[in-house]
Amino acid sequence: MPELKVEVIPEGTVIDHIPSGKWLKVIEILGLTKPNGGTLLIASNVPSKKLGRKDIVKVEGRYLSEEEVNKIALIAPLATVNIVRDYRIVEKFNVEIPDEIVGILRCPNPNCVSNHEHVTPKFRVESREPLKLRCHYCERTVEGDDILGNI
Amino acid sequence: MDWKGRDVISVRDFSKEDIEFVLKVAERLEEELKEKGSLDYARGKILATLFFEPSTRTRLSFESAMYRLGGSVIGFSSASSTSVKKGESLADTIKTVEQYSDVIVIRHPMEGAARLAAEVAEVPVINAGDGSNQHPTQTLLDLYTMKRAFGRIDGLTIGLLGDLKYGRTVHSLAEALAFYDVELYLISPELLRMPKHIIGELREKGLEVHETTDLEDVIPELDVLYVTRIQRERFPDEEEYLKVKGSYQVNLSVLKNAKERLRVMHPLPRVDEIHPEVDKSEHALYFRQVFSGVPVRMTLLGLTLGVL
Ligand SMILES: Nc1ncnc2c1ncn2[C@@H]1O[C@H](COP(=O)(O)OP(=O)(O)OP(=O)(O)O)[C@@H](O)[C@H]1O
Ligand SMILES: [Mg+2]
Ligand SMILES: [Zn+2]
Repeated sequence: MPELKVEVIPEGTVIDHIPSGKWLKVIEILGLTKPNGGTLLIASNVPSKKLGRKDIVKVEGRYLSEEEVNKIALIAPLATVNIVRDYRIVEKFNVEIPDEIVGILRCPNPNCVSNHEHVTPKFRVESREPLKLRCHYCERTVEGDDILGNI
Repeated sequence: MDWKGRDVISVRDFSKEDIEFVLKVAERLEEELKEKGSLDYARGKILATLFFEPSTRTRLSFESAMYRLGGSVIGFSSASSTSVKKGESLADTIKTVEQYSDVIVIRHPMEGAARLAAEVAEVPVINAGDGSNQHPTQTLLDLYTMKRAFGRIDGLTIGLLGDLKYGRTVHSLAEALAFYDVELYLISPELLRMPKHIIGELREKGLEVHETTDLEDVIPELDVLYVTRIQRERFPDEEEYLKVKGSYQVNLSVLKNAKERLRVMHPLPRVDEIHPEVDKSEHALYFRQVFSGVPVRMTLLGLTLGVL
């Protein structure tokens, strides 16, 4: 019997294994905060074997694509995504860090043009393990806490 | 590679073939210019030089290059005389200026400004320095100067001297040299060593890289000594700065043990890291280096305009 901490949904997407406290960032990044965005079920600070504590976000009536969900990989690298149809999980995948990070992270370089002009910040992923990004504009690299601190 | 309409923003965008091609065309243009005095490839074309930050040298070099190609130049040399002061966005400035010109050269105090300008503009954009990030035409003219002086870059033993930690010029130069079969000596005070990740990249690409703090020790090995300025701000105290500055000054006595063919380069302006007594020696290549800026920039203007 699956652990159903929040209500079941008939159709939609369950994003599981989000680090505790990050659910709000997740729905912001995925653009799910809009009033017409459909019903969301949130469980926060749920006990988890893998993470100690975790958040779960359930999106009713929408199937998120891998590409869409990969945007949360920087803050929820271990998230698993479950596609629910007719109350059952029909598909499950892990998020993956995409090759390019667009619009999620601010450049930590205060003198980077992306912090002064009206542009969407953009980074290329130079390495995944350890995670290293390079700003498309100022060409500086960003690593570690500088990544999380600027999301 | 189709050069027409291409932007020149960062050394990172270049392949070895791109670099070799630019150097070859520059050589051709230099010869042609010597023969004919002036050329007319860019007749009827207009270059806009947008210098949001002053830089006499680079701006004059670009303007000279455009005139020598037969084109004309418009532009400004400081942001204070423009509508930027009134709060205009960079994107709007670029979109306006490109209505008046066929190619844009931009120098801007913010990192990434040239990349942004290139994204906004339809006409080609050439980066003449974006904050502490890139200055690709300097790197290309440095390579060109070496190639002209030695006939080749492969096989050279090159010393980079001075502030290797913060100096963007030496970082891009080293990255570009990684395309070649050269041996590098990185000569700097302990405090200003080249960042480990850059050295790692260079070694990964197969370069033999040596680090040292002692100039006199390695000078007999070198074919090229590329000198850069050490800035006082980098040091915690005056005493330490003076000590370091003294031990890295290139003068005739330091050059006594150098190979006859050693050539000394410097991106200029220099303060006192090369003694003026070196100017008259066979070793001095830095004024020739300034001259190289013109054929190299003619090449980049001509290629991106699609007129060569
Ligand atoms: N119909 C449903 N409606 C809402 N949530 C569901 C539904 N079915 C499963 N879930 C939730 O989806 C997540 C994954 O369920 P699953 O049964 O695959 O658990 P699991 O075996 O622990 O998977 P994992 O190894 O990914 O942790 C759980 O959080 C579960 O509560
Ligand atoms: Mg589970
Ligand atoms: Zn940046």
